[in-house]
Amino acid sequence: MENLLISLENISKSFDGDLVLDELKLDIKENSFVTLLGPSGCGKTTTLRIIGGFITADKGRVIFDGNDITTLSPNKRQLNTVFQKYALFPHMNVFENIAFGLRIKKKNEQYIRDKISYALKLVNLDGFEKRDVTSLSGGQQQRIAIARAIVNEPRLLLLDEPLGALDLKLRQEMQYELIRLKKELGITFIYVTHDQEEALTMSDTIVVMNQGYIQQMGSPEQIYNEPENAFVATFIGDSNIVPGKMIEDYCVEIFGSKFKCIDKGFGKNKPVDVVIRPEDVDIIDINSEKTLLKGVMTGAIFKGEMYEMECKTYDGFEWLIHSTDYVEKGKEVGIFVEPENIQIMNKPSSEDERALEIDV
Amino acid sequence: MIKKIIKNSYLTLMVLFLYVPMFTLIILSFNKSRSRATWGGFSLNWYKEMLNDKAIMNALWNTILIALISSVIAVVIGTLASLAISKMKRRRKSFYLGITNIPMLNADIVTGISLLLSFIAFGISLGFKTILLAHITFNLPYVILSILPKLAKDEQSLQDAALDLGASEVEAFFKVTLPDIMPGVLSGFLLAFTMSLDDFIITYFTKGAGINTLSTLIYSQTKRGVKPSIYALSTIIFLLVFIILVLLNFFQNKKKEKVLK
Repeated sequence: MENLLISLENISKSFDGDLVLDELKLDIKENSFVTLLGPSGCGKTTTLRIIGGFITADKGRVIFDGNDITTLSPNKRQLNTVFQKYALFPHMNVFENIAFGLRIKKKNEQYIRDKISYALKLVNLDGFEKRDVTSLSGGQQQRIAIARAIVNEPRLLLLDEPLGALDLKLRQEMQYELIRLKKELGITFIYVTHDQEEALTMSDTIVVMNQGYIQQMGSPEQIYNEPENAFVATFIGDSNIVPGKMIEDYCVEIFGSKFKCIDKGFGKNKPVDVVIRPEDVDIIDINSEKTLLKGVMTGAIFKGEMYEMECKTYDGFEWLIHSTDYVEKGKEVGIFVEPENIQIMNKPSSEDERALEIDV
Repeated sequence: MIKKIIKNSYLTLMVLFLYVPMFTLIILSFNKSRSRATWGGFSLNWYKEMLNDKAIMNALWNTILIALISSVIAVVIGTLASLAISKMKRRRKSFYLGITNIPMLNADIVTGISLLLSFIAFGISLGFKTILLAHITFNLPYVILSILPKLAKDEQSLQDAALDLGASEVEAFFKVTLPDIMPGVLSGFLLAFTMSLDDFIITYFTKGAGINTLSTLIYSQTKRGVKPSIYALSTIIFLLVFIILVLLNFFQNKKKEKVLK
């Protein structure tokens, strides 16, 4: 069932005169894993807190399963939150922390015990009932926070940068854990992060936000492969953004060379921005007939899974290139890009739009 | 080696210096003889006399009642004030903290006289209730100071979490916030209780005629020569304060309090 679970209708919110959200519209389907992604101050946490009920929007409505919950207090909403710093109750042990919501709802002891042991198994912390929460590691505390939220059987789980305080290895582990939990529980997740890799790994829908606006919403593949503007392109992974001119459908001119592409409908001789991901730039022999641009290698850094290299083409542009094949500095090379790896974007038309894209 | 000896003897001297007077008092309270110089044998006479002395028992009752009521009220007001202060933005916070701290640094005599003047100005007749009001006033900053640090920076998110899990604001306060700051509340209470118990100057100025607490009673008696029953009384006060301070330390050192339901 793909019905709508939550809709934000024209939500605006400002703090001390600063507009944080501006007429935000967002529809989230039941059982999806949606990530709100953006730099700090983009309004993603504010959006989450409005859904959670901790702050009220200045304008607009929040619709949950067909009901207007705009002004409903948080304790009456059918959703639960996993907070950024876990917010476990320090004076209670693990059991009492997880039991909190159930005790408020006056569930009987047997039910509570069963629920807690199920939840602890789910987060792989079987047998931790009697532990003191302050004695747990960050990762364990995070799992307890998740267990505490899900025993209440929410229809929607809000996660506010839950992995932010964990180290890299643990973070990757927890990412898989969350995907597994999402599958087993079958509830809707709204996840807030500034980490683009986290967003790409876990979500089925990514909402890229900046300065209170939604920049783009789509599947991870769409966001990565077809960024709609320069902000999205640079925020999600590294990219080469070059000025170009759409000669005609399926053909774009970059620094005087004609590149084949798969985009159309931009019109003839229209100036555009072209996004090419560093791993999509192929280094080939300078004399090859496929060569589109010529340049010289200016640097290389070993990054583990690949080399990050730079190539300055004769037009003066520095290309960022990711490749597993090392090319030494100073070598003259040719550059080629497959047509399907070229993403054409409209140039920002108004001042307003441009302003949005500057702050990357 | 020498360093250690010096260190130890310094420590011994200090403890002696602090506690010899107390022990002299305690020993003399058990002295059968009325004299301060000769030991006439062990006796509990002065304790008996103290218990039979109406003025002393009255003063004791007043002292304990005032200490108890004033510290309870100060704790309630102080807890609410701490919650409010902790939610303030930086500027307002330091402003209000400053305001609450000033009475603490103020000389007792100034506090005493200004309270006396304001009671007179507002036409409040001096007596039990003015002592009580005065004690609440000077206890409040101590309570706030002991509770505020317990209100963690993420107290708001704890409260949010409680609301998120279905608790009402009142439930969130009694089930999450209060138990979390309970050690601070208790130590604030004990601190206020002892401060009130041994206050003399402020009480002296605000008490009016016809009512005494222990400290003002002892003071009035010293003018006529101290009776040994006062030693007995002082011994009891000392032990009381000592026990409370030990408790206080216990609460402050104990980082977390088990769930108080």
